[in-house]
Amino acid sequence: MKVKVLSRNPDDYVRETKHDIQRVPRNYDPSLHPFEVSREYTRALNATKLERVFAKPFLASLDGHRDGVNCLAKHPRSLSTLLSGSCDGEVKVWNLTKHECVRTLQAHEGFVRGMVVRYCGSSFFTIGDDKTIKHWKMEAPGYGEEEEPLNTILGKAVFTGLDHHQKSAVFATCGHQVDIWDEQRSTPIRSFTWGVDSFSSVRFNPVETELLGSCASDRSIVLYDMRESTPLKKVIMTMRTNTISWNPMEAYYFTCANEDYNLYTYDMRYLENPVKVHVDHVSAVLDVDYSPTGREFVSASFDKTIRIFPKDSASSREVYHTKRMQHVICVKWSADSKYILSGSDEMNIRLWKANAAEKLGVLSPREKQAIHYSQKLKEKFQHHPQIKRIARHRHLPKVIHHQRKELRVMKEARRRKEMNVRKHSKPGSVPVVSEKEKHVVSVVK
Amino acid sequence: MASPSEAEANVSHVEKKKKPPVRYWQETRGKTKDDNKAEGQLEQQKEQQTQREKKRKRDEQPGGETKVISGKSDPFPGPAPIPKDKLEKFKRKGKIQKPHQHHYKLKDIITRSEEASEMAQKQAARFDFLLPEDAGFLEGDEDEDTCMISQEDIADAVDITSGAKYFNLKLCQFGPYRLDYSRTGRHLLLGGRRGHVACVDWQSKQLMCELNVMESVNDVKWLHTEHMFAVAQKKWLYIYDSNGIELHCIRKFNDVLRMQFLPYHFLLATASATGFLQYLDVSVGKEVAAICTKTGRLDVMCQNPHNAVIHLGHSNGTVTLWSPNQKEALVKMLCHQGGVRSVTVDKTGTYMITSGMDKKMKVFDIRAFKPLRSYFLPTGASCLSLSQRGLLSAATGDIVQVYRDVWSTPVTKPYMAHRVRGSVWGLGFCPFEDVLGVGHGEGFTSMLVPGAGEPNFDGLDANPYRSAKQRQEWEVKALLEKIQPELITLDPSELGHVDRATFEQRHQDRVEALGFDPLGKEKFVPKHKKKGRSSAAGIERRKRQVGHEDQRDVIRKTVEDRMKLEEDRNRMKEKKAALSGKRSALDRFKK
Repeated sequence: MKVKVLSRNPDDYVRETKHDIQRVPRNYDPSLHPFEVSREYTRALNATKLERVFAKPFLASLDGHRDGVNCLAKHPRSLSTLLSGSCDGEVKVWNLTKHECVRTLQAHEGFVRGMVVRYCGSSFFTIGDDKTIKHWKMEAPGYGEEEEPLNTILGKAVFTGLDHHQKSAVFATCGHQVDIWDEQRSTPIRSFTWGVDSFSSVRFNPVETELLGSCASDRSIVLYDMRESTPLKKVIMTMRTNTISWNPMEAYYFTCANEDYNLYTYDMRYLENPVKVHVDHVSAVLDVDYSPTGREFVSASFDKTIRIFPKDSASSREVYHTKRMQHVICVKWSADSKYILSGSDEMNIRLWKANAAEKLGVLSPREKQAIHYSQKLKEKFQHHPQIKRIARHRHLPKVIHHQRKELRVMKEARRRKEMNVRKHSKPGSVPVVSEKEKHVVSVVK
Repeated sequence: MASPSEAEANVSHVEKKKKPPVRYWQETRGKTKDDNKAEGQLEQQKEQQTQREKKRKRDEQPGGETKVISGKSDPFPGPAPIPKDKLEKFKRKGKIQKPHQHHYKLKDIITRSEEASEMAQKQAARFDFLLPEDAGFLEGDEDEDTCMISQEDIADAVDITSGAKYFNLKLCQFGPYRLDYSRTGRHLLLGGRRGHVACVDWQSKQLMCELNVMESVNDVKWLHTEHMFAVAQKKWLYIYDSNGIELHCIRKFNDVLRMQFLPYHFLLATASATGFLQYLDVSVGKEVAAICTKTGRLDVMCQNPHNAVIHLGHSNGTVTLWSPNQKEALVKMLCHQGGVRSVTVDKTGTYMITSGMDKKMKVFDIRAFKPLRSYFLPTGASCLSLSQRGLLSAATGDIVQVYRDVWSTPVTKPYMAHRVRGSVWGLGFCPFEDVLGVGHGEGFTSMLVPGAGEPNFDGLDANPYRSAKQRQEWEVKALLEKIQPELITLDPSELGHVDRATFEQRHQDRVEALGFDPLGKEKFVPKHKKKGRSSAAGIERRKRQVGHEDQRDVIRKTVEDRMKLEEDRNRMKEKKAALSGKRSALDRFKK
């Protein structure tokens, strides 16, 4: 007779001393782990719920301005530095880690219209309603020294937008024309006009650094090449565009914030149709900024909310609002892609997390692993109705909620009317115009 | 074949690259490669190659391989080959058919996920090599039947700790015993018919508690941990803790005869003498479902551990399958002529074994609901139980027989047999041990059945050696991922499939949920016009106008459809005519 009976030595399964970690023998045999899918589903559901529980995006509010914050500028070298300009001509430099203002200067009389830090990070430019461009040093003046700009250029008309070249000592302003300036000269080296009397913003392309985009008050977006003397092309839309922002990773895409409550992502090469129309805001969109990863962008709106859109989705994945935040005028995505900064009418700058439920600070390996696991689970079960509902739900202020409803009703009414018109007219005389085509009037080259 | 002269002609006058002179190590490497190798090693080479390719892509170095200049070369290079059956064990799903064109993103996602799952499968299979324990076995000498080997002989032959697992508890006072092992296999719960309930840490033989409930006990069952158990007493269902303190008396559950605990759902399913099947959620203490089965006294019950469906055996020979979501049985199977005495299901949910009053024991495939084998037992089996590794124990009177491989090969002889005192009342294999517990009229017997238990447990699921801290942690996690009772279905992986419900079905569901039809046509309500223009006749006229318009729409549509049909028909006719106009090769045989 040959016999063997299971007999385990407990020493192989129990830790030796209490200073050791517990032994956990594993066996991945699927028959020992029944209900795999249902258990994973339950875990995914829990993870989704917990994400909503931990969604606390608001980090801090930086107060100190005495008028609405009109523009923000990121520092290209230092993550903790932020510059802000307000409607009373004051510019403040903030230390974000300490949440405090490190320097204040009275830059202009009237609004600070635009501000940009030079690519090296040693100085910055401001423009204001007093028709001047001022060049400032980044360091605060020493004891006893006066706060004075390095250089002041007096322009002929009011400047409304400003951006600096990525690599060379050239910057662009816009006002009643788009000007390209050399830092050393007091007159523009090049000026572009295209029958338009005013521009609202100008942006350099981050990759093709000689290209610029600007939005004009005649509802058009104009593209320029700095090396040429005439603009490249423009697209005219149904309503005015406030700002544009280039995608830093795929720099042939840019997104523009429009007055008609929508954002449009265009491919620079094909301006006939926008690549995507991003809806969800219920009032004019005032500013937009891409995350450095180029996968998402954040938009600020007159409806007192900030929304985050994935670059190829029509609706937003996140909406931020507080009771006290008024019309958001400017917004920036921080260079480490973790934070969002917004400047609003009621004189505050707010610091938000880009991922509302993200845990800040150093994570232990186990925490990281758990986060990755739950992330994967959420992704796997994202289309299940229960999970989708929880993940998508956001509380909105009553006003915005009602406005959204109203907009939906209006849109539906318009659609119905169009359908009726089509029904009662000669077949083919009222063509179907898609949502993308609807907002583009023409493209001029 | 190209002649040498041709080859010369093809060579251009400028040689592109000089070949480096052949070195001795290259030759030796070539030789080792040339050797014939087993299939496994071939596979392994392929794997190596793909890995190398990947690496090459990453590093962008043209050579890719590291050249071994001196020293011994590895005789078994690369990862160890994995046998196919091991890989098969961890296979979850077949390959998805990739979409044909255009769906680049989807294709990419599918390829990635397939790669990931393949890697996971391989890693799990590789991990299987490292499992520390092997299953037990019992082999007789030549012309010695294993069923003739007595328990005493086995207990003498094995080591002392294992030998101590064969024991008898003589408890003749409170008469036949039901039993239940906890999920980790460490604790044993005994319930005597005449009111004696005891729970024991049976390996150390430590008595945890013992009590007399002073009324008849029908069944006992552990709940999710060894700290709570349920006892079905004469009238109500009671829950005690491991110190023997009564925690709850649940008056909603009366005359319970049999119980089953669904560990992943935290549900206690009870079958009563009044024909009710009830589910109790033990995590929140609420009754989830009460189903009137309308089949009389329910004293045969088991669960399918694969999909948590409850199987009930009835006196008319049918076995019914139940889930808490449906008031009707999921499946009704006629299994025996005469009543069903016992039912059991294996852990993969493939086979169901039943025994009936017709003295037969039958094996069914419950995925296809088909009978596989039928055995005749002279006295009929009163209790059945399946072990983790597929051994079947059947109690015939006072004899406990253990069978091996009842579903794959026709069995003539039992694997083991043992006679106990008094007729058998309860039977259960201990999880993760080679032990079979038998409750009978004279007490309890713990039998050694080599090869019954799963040798390697999973520490995160059911760990017999867990500490108090680990148990607490496990309990919290298990409660967090409690599966909702709504998810109990015949196919437990249904949640992972794509919902291919038709549009009509989804629309119907939507209508039911909303209470109205969102796509339905609104009834036209004429506006009220002022200044006397909303007379009854006017309203009627406007209604008729709208109705007329709608009717015209319908007519226009039907006419269009008819035109289209007509066109199609004409086209077909033309085609046919054109075909018939052609002379076929066979026409010359026509007269």
